[in-house]
Amino acid sequence: MSGRVLVGVKRVIDYAVKIRVKPDNTSVVTDGVKHSMNPFCEIAVEEAVKLKEKKLIKEVVAISCGPQQVQETIRTALAMGADRGIHVEVNGKDYENLGPLQVSKIFAALAKKEDAQLVILGKQAIDDDCNQTGQMTAALLDWPQGTFASEVTLEGDKIKVVREIDGGLETIRINTPAVVTADLRLNTPRYATLPNIMKAKKKKIANMKPADLGVDLTSRLEQLRVDEPPQRQAGMKVETVDDLVGKLKDAGRI
Amino acid sequence: NNEKLTPITLNAITAASKLGGEVSCLVAGTNCSKVVEEISKVQGVKKVLVAQHDSYKGFLPEELTPLVLGTQKQFNFTHICAGASAFGKNLLPRVAAKLDVAPISDIIEIKSPDTFVRTIYAGNAVSTVKCNEAVKVFTVRGTSFEAASMEGGSAESADVTAAEPSGVSEWLEQNLTKSDRPELTSAKVVVSGGRGLKSGDNFKLLYDLADKLNAAVGASRAAVDAGYVPNDMQVGQTGKIVAPELYIAVGISGAIQHLAGMKDSKTIVAINKDPEAPIFQVADYGLVADLFKAVPEMTAAVDK
Repeated sequence: MSGRVLVGVKRVIDYAVKIRVKPDNTSVVTDGVKHSMNPFCEIAVEEAVKLKEKKLIKEVVAISCGPQQVQETIRTALAMGADRGIHVEVNGKDYENLGPLQVSKIFAALAKKEDAQLVILGKQAIDDDCNQTGQMTAALLDWPQGTFASEVTLEGDKIKVVREIDGGLETIRINTPAVVTADLRLNTPRYATLPNIMKAKKKKIANMKPADLGVDLTSRLEQLRVDEPPQRQAGMKVETVDDLVGKLKDAGRI
Repeated sequence: NNEKLTPITLNAITAASKLGGEVSCLVAGTNCSKVVEEISKVQGVKKVLVAQHDSYKGFLPEELTPLVLGTQKQFNFTHICAGASAFGKNLLPRVAAKLDVAPISDIIEIKSPDTFVRTIYAGNAVSTVKCNEAVKVFTVRGTSFEAASMEGGSAESADVTAAEPSGVSEWLEQNLTKSDRPELTSAKVVVSGGRGLKSGDNFKLLYDLADKLNAAVGASRAAVDAGYVPNDMQVGQTGKIVAPELYIAVGISGAIQHLAGMKDSKTIVAINKDPEAPIFQVADYGLVADLFKAVPEMTAAVDK
């Protein structure tokens, strides 16, 4: 394999932020909240850049769907080593309703348009926690999928993927072109250095609309409301191990 | 797999029964007879569809998706679901995309046949979603639904035609973590360790306590990243979601991502030497102590 890799990057609320539900229960508060690249997407970018550094692929294209601000996320991917970016602009109501089905249609269309051999995505976004986009992109393209990857090895025109599954690990071999989704253990993403951040400013980000790709954003999912999860009642501190074991025995837990 | 029914399927059957319709189960694999026999007796299951073929080795989604689509074409189900295990998460979105519907992941409640509840933002918000798709495709959080009884059912079974092998992917091998302890996601008691354990060897302290309590052993991401224990023991947003009767967090600070995986446990115990650790905000019983002293003491005290 020596072609082009597309990497999807999503802008999400930073993983360390304690989110707040809006008082009107329509969604969570995003205005004025720190955003960054979804951690699993960082891992996807790192893997693509590594493949390029090993000269196994030619070009890495970072893609993000959303409003103007997602260009910052693409810029981060460029600073990590992606060659160019594509911003698929989605705003307002369309952005609120943008889900994995719509995003996977966009990725599938871009994969064909760009003649990609590989699409690497994170295994899930930490905001919607869906864990769907990679699988759906693979389905729409009729490509094989290597999800929850903790190790990726290119073997000619095939890819060996070690996957994290419930009982341990499994290894599969898939044909290319393919879609791979990154698990946490795939690699440790690099930090973009200042010179690379400066260089990234010169790299190109193409702008397009879903309609340019022939993708219809209609959603048949409706978020009715968003609530705070039930709060746990404050517990008690115990002084000694015997006290703890005694309490658990009384409560019938052990 | 291994001719055994995965427990989370029983939770998914309970969820499916709540929809009020007829529940059918599709069993696909290289050797299905044992599981078909088991699942025919599960309460609530009306029909068992069986697809046995060598191409289902390793349960590759590229092979199973055409089978599910073929079955859907034949029977026109209104809902297609699976447990939100690594298997279900891998397969169902692929099926949904082929049906051109938006799937719903990891639901914790069914309000009505088209309205579902799921968590977002690592369990820090709860979203109620109405699905207007013709076919509802969803995965079910196992810990949110009781397991269906493995007795009292009497489903009929029928063979379905296996799909043409697609041959674009190939299963090579599996390396499962072997353990005599109960399976993490369904254990009644879970003892978990974090960075505070300081080394993989020290996890033995937790294994000893777990053995006394017949508990499964879990871990925080820090413990996994430090190489103390394998990945499949990770509890949290990106690991396993557990909701045991008793969760004992040892040397775990309680980051948002870890809490996402265990905060629905009935009773939470925290053992940590840092009194400011966030884990104490969700713990029913907190012990501020050095785990290297407290855990062996606890192991000894359980017998008394």
